[in-house]
Amino acid sequence: MTDLLTPVLSANWADERAWKITNYERTGGYQGLRKALGRTPADVMGTVKDAGLRGRGGAGFPTGMKWSFVPQDNPNPKYLVVNADESEPGTCKDMPLMMASPHTLVEGVIIASYAIGCEAAFIYVRGEVVHVVRRLQQAVREAYSAGYIGKNVLGSGYSLDVVVHAGAGAYICGEETALLDSLEGRRGQPRLRPPFPAVAGLYACPTVVNNVESIASVPSIIANGAEWFASMGTEKSKGMTLYSLSGHVQRPGQFEAPLGITLRQLIELSGGVREGHELKFWTPGGSSTPILTAEHLDIPLDYEGAAAAGTMLGTKALQVFDETTSVVRTTLRWVEFYKHESCGKCTPCREGSWWLVQLLQRFEAGTAVEGDIEKMLDLCDNIGGKSFCALADGAVACVTSAVKHFRSEFEAGYTTPAWELFPYERSALFAAPKGAHA
Amino acid sequence: MSGSNESVRADASASHGGVRGHEFQSWFPESGSVDMADTSTNITEETIAEMRQLAERYPQARSALLPMLHLVQSVDGRVSPAGIQACAEVLGITAAQVSGVATFYTMYKRRPGGKHHVGVCTTALCAVMGGDILMDVVEQKLGIGEGETTPDGLFSLERVECNAACDFAPVMMVNWEFMDNMTPESANRLIEDLAAGRVVHSTRGAELVGWKETERVLAGFPDGRADEGPAAGHASLLGLDIAADRGWSAPPARAVQASETTQEEAQ
Repeated sequence: MTDLLTPVLSANWADERAWKITNYERTGGYQGLRKALGRTPADVMGTVKDAGLRGRGGAGFPTGMKWSFVPQDNPNPKYLVVNADESEPGTCKDMPLMMASPHTLVEGVIIASYAIGCEAAFIYVRGEVVHVVRRLQQAVREAYSAGYIGKNVLGSGYSLDVVVHAGAGAYICGEETALLDSLEGRRGQPRLRPPFPAVAGLYACPTVVNNVESIASVPSIIANGAEWFASMGTEKSKGMTLYSLSGHVQRPGQFEAPLGITLRQLIELSGGVREGHELKFWTPGGSSTPILTAEHLDIPLDYEGAAAAGTMLGTKALQVFDETTSVVRTTLRWVEFYKHESCGKCTPCREGSWWLVQLLQRFEAGTAVEGDIEKMLDLCDNIGGKSFCALADGAVACVTSAVKHFRSEFEAGYTTPAWELFPYERSALFAAPKGAHA
Repeated sequence: MSGSNESVRADASASHGGVRGHEFQSWFPESGSVDMADTSTNITEETIAEMRQLAERYPQARSALLPMLHLVQSVDGRVSPAGIQACAEVLGITAAQVSGVATFYTMYKRRPGGKHHVGVCTTALCAVMGGDILMDVVEQKLGIGEGETTPDGLFSLERVECNAACDFAPVMMVNWEFMDNMTPESANRLIEDLAAGRVVHSTRGAELVGWKETERVLAGFPDGRADEGPAAGHASLLGLDIAADRGWSAPPARAVQASETTQEEAQ
């Protein structure tokens, strides 16, 4: 039986200047790389497959399998692109990882690149986090100086270049094909698939796009073995992962645990829900994953457990809201986000998210009319699954799940403003100063 | 070229401010507009040389466009017409192609921003936890609304979207540095300190210097300040602290292998 918390990725975050290469090496850093270079790329890929590592960016696709889709007989260059564009509302795991221990990611990048046979890798990090960018830039420079990146890595004959690339503020670039367009210096708009990036990705060449945490998990898998990794977690959701607890809990924060922990356990570790309050609703993995309620406190937070509850594990971003919170207000704010971040390529998403905001504003103001719930659900039906990428699905998931669990609150929007039913100041951590609005 | 752009702008403003008839009314009157009337620029040969340097970092030069636009902002304090032209010339694409990219991304500003760019997160979780109150507080303190710059050019204000620091909510950003766990008091103090030119540090990052300096780092020219600030904030370390307290850890690698060997032997 493994412990409730199992820090691996976060194990060195409290170390003195954990971001420096010498400190990373002191705690076993780059041993995984040395081990990998002594084996064949196919063997390394096999270990990641055997470990059962699944994508930590939301979809949960097996990482080793994704790598194996890269056609090795394709004459074009191959690329690895790390998706460090973390911007799904509620999601806050990759930024602390890269800030505290950027070398964990860099080591993973080198091992993954070796496994898929690419000689150029890119870390596409969102631009709005300059200190994370600084730490990554420095880590890559240190790794070049140490001979871990560059020509003839550690005398192995394998060569690799790594570029840290800052984005410019577009949530959609977290979608892998939009990210590739953005990395090519274009507007970040999703591509129609197939072809998938593994076949025609960056510059139409075979490309693997992986989330930060997925790649950062690779060094420990190679260093400790597939069996070690698979000894944590549940039957189909293997390994340890970062759970991000935020919102109305005593102590929000990052918890690295085997897949399958429950929200009840995490909230207990946090010290409970905000003093004097109780849980009302929560997201299992960011705002794009359908919301859940107190009745789902004991579902195992793994890919299967979340799916069985009608939602998705997503990024394991657990946003907790207590009984003071208006579901209507929260949903509106999420949909305003999707409206703003819709790239505009697909009409159902571009226009539909705009209309959803108009409707939700009426619910919030108490000026919705009988039939608006049905109209909103009908609208959702015309948006979800009707666009190139999953942004549209995320935009409607929060609406449909909110109506499913809290329909009466939307019905109240026919007569009463949300801020009267749920005075907004009660949800905040502090009172509004005189003259400021809640 | 600038003449034709000005006439387009004149037409657009006529349709907004003119007689309201059947003409198209945009819900996003600001979208897509780069201020082509302000032709001032600080771009030099050195800037162009740095742009070429960025272009060389990629297998295909155009990949450097986003970093190049960050560089333009670090020099001109906005995406300037001259900056657009320079990017186009270095990459061998049209100014329209560069504009098309520049207007897609919210971090690219088409009007001059402040020395310090202040952001308040008002996406759902931060908003609920107090971000809406903070936005109000900061607007009152600065006397400007979102998207505006103070007359002295010291501050610009933006309503930002989820900045991946939800366990530190409510969050503000200054020059894209984290300002965690903000309150009305700490927000007011932050603005006062910056206005007075006092040294202010990000709660999880470097000293707050200026937005243009940040843009240069984002362009890919490090400022040597990666070692400032802590490795992690308190919330990032919470699980680690609890695990240490209770003696919890990941299984040791050897133990797993050993127990498997034992099982195999037993079988």
